[in-house]
Amino acid sequence: MSATAAAPQSQIGRVWTRFRRHRLALAGGFVVALLLASALFAPAFAPQDPTLLDTALRFRPPFADWAHPLGTDELGRDTLSRLLYGGRVSLTVGLVAMVTTVMTGALIGITAGFLGGVVDNLLMRFVDTMLCFPQVFLLLVVAAFVPPTLLSISLVIGLTSWMEVSRIVRAEILHLKEQDFVAAARALGASRARIMFRELLPNAAAPILVAATLKVASAVLMESYISYLGYGVQPPLASWGNMLTNAQGYFDTVPWLAILPGAAITLTVMGFNFMGDGLRDALDPRLRMDP
Amino acid sequence: MIGFVAWRLLQAIPLLIGVSLIGFGLMHLAPGGPLAVYTLNPTIQAQDIERIKIIFGLDQPVHVQYVKWATGIFSGNWGYTFFGGRPVLGVILERLPATLLLMGSALSVAIVLGLSIGVLGAVKRYSVFDVLATTGALFALSFPTFWFGLMAIFVFAIELRWLPSGGMWELGEEGNILSLLRHLVLPTMVLALVITATWSRYSRSAFLEVMQQDFMRTARAKGVPPAARLMRHAFPNAAKPLIALLGVELPFLFSGALVTETIFGWPGMGRLFVDALNMKEYPVLMGMMMFTAIFVIIGNLLADLAIAVIDPRVRLR
Repeated sequence: MSATAAAPQSQIGRVWTRFRRHRLALAGGFVVALLLASALFAPAFAPQDPTLLDTALRFRPPFADWAHPLGTDELGRDTLSRLLYGGRVSLTVGLVAMVTTVMTGALIGITAGFLGGVVDNLLMRFVDTMLCFPQVFLLLVVAAFVPPTLLSISLVIGLTSWMEVSRIVRAEILHLKEQDFVAAARALGASRARIMFRELLPNAAAPILVAATLKVASAVLMESYISYLGYGVQPPLASWGNMLTNAQGYFDTVPWLAILPGAAITLTVMGFNFMGDGLRDALDPRLRMDP
Repeated sequence: MIGFVAWRLLQAIPLLIGVSLIGFGLMHLAPGGPLAVYTLNPTIQAQDIERIKIIFGLDQPVHVQYVKWATGIFSGNWGYTFFGGRPVLGVILERLPATLLLMGSALSVAIVLGLSIGVLGAVKRYSVFDVLATTGALFALSFPTFWFGLMAIFVFAIELRWLPSGGMWELGEEGNILSLLRHLVLPTMVLALVITATWSRYSRSAFLEVMQQDFMRTARAKGVPPAARLMRHAFPNAAKPLIALLGVELPFLFSGALVTETIFGWPGMGRLFVDALNMKEYPVLMGMMMFTAIFVIIGNLLADLAIAVIDPRVRLR
């Protein structure tokens, strides 16, 4: 028992050593941790209620006074508080969408890869078909159909971006299912479902984890796109995307209102992208983008 | 070669059917169905909607409607807009040139820049330039397109006043090429950023892979100069994955064009899509989904054929 417990730990140790060597990935991981913490503890950090209006204090510039460290917007709402609460919204959407993407993609990928034959062919043609539509088009059409709530936005993003994950998982399963441990499990009388989800899926964890990290980045980006176009998170709930839309109207006079939420989106997407890149190198050298 | 072309054309058929099924399904999943826009209008009464339903053939069974709609798509009858009753295909084709111009100029800039950066990075692997370029590409991929667009407008149009902030022509200068070019610079820059990053990453890894092949060593051993090795030996082989990328990237290009056109008020298909979305013009939306999907299928087909022309090994399969 102790031998099996020690083995995965040293594996994780090796991965950690490789990840740590990747400076930018480490920086990305740090940024992500910081963002998650600031979103989680937004009520503690935020200087004001993000929906509190104060029309006497409109368009305060950043760094002018301590009550509003990053200034105020067109309705006198505190920008820092809105950024923190907006981060909660953007990260929630990003994470829920990622879980939806990964679950759908993994399920379809593992089914296609393991069952093969007609099922594989049909599922993969479905994937090809979905990939013919530009994602933003698909996303906007569906987003315009459903009432925009946090959950529906996350699901819509998740359900329009799982195709690459299913291809990655399928390729991994095709490679794994020829290996001896699968034959052994089959010889022991394991059911198909057991082989798929208890034997194959955990072994495909590495590429799934990498894809999951990168998918958070693209989901945050997608949320900001559809919120920017008005079909995402609705005011008064702040999201980085709709803060940018608001700011666009006052862009030539108070540019910082647009600069700040955009910088927050960029920082988040960058953090997850760099972390995902580093994870790919650390988890599986075969998957490296840069050989 | 003829066999390969026929095989690839055959493969496109299930894709076209799949695309039309999804497009049709989406239109009928819309809350209130395709006529939702009328139910919101208080001046239109229930019996009017019934009448419109019959005119549009929406009272017929779903499979009959699908077949009618799908044959329409493939014979050029894409239906009519709710507002104004104009033919949908005509409305889309009207906007196509502006989008093609924007996508074409962004793609050209991105390919030239991205390919140069990628090849230089592969040749001088792990040099300062290479590290900066690969890191820079990952940075560029993380920029939200619309934010980069807004920043570009702020710097180049509002602060420096070098370039116009939007539109395609100056008022009264329609048809003036110089005016068009000035308006094209910023949208091209914004749309090209992400594509350049993708191209530099892919061309770098494509060239790195080719340069490790045996025939490259042979070329070097028999004394082919470096430039000729790169152009004559490495380039045709590295070109294959890059041509494939061209096909695969088309949907991203359309998505990027939609966002870019919205920011810059560029009168192309992306703007049409957003306007149609705001007015619940379902026939236009579905028409555009079909149009871009068919465009993507044809693009991928052409990319595959181009690869087969370059590489005889592909067409023998």
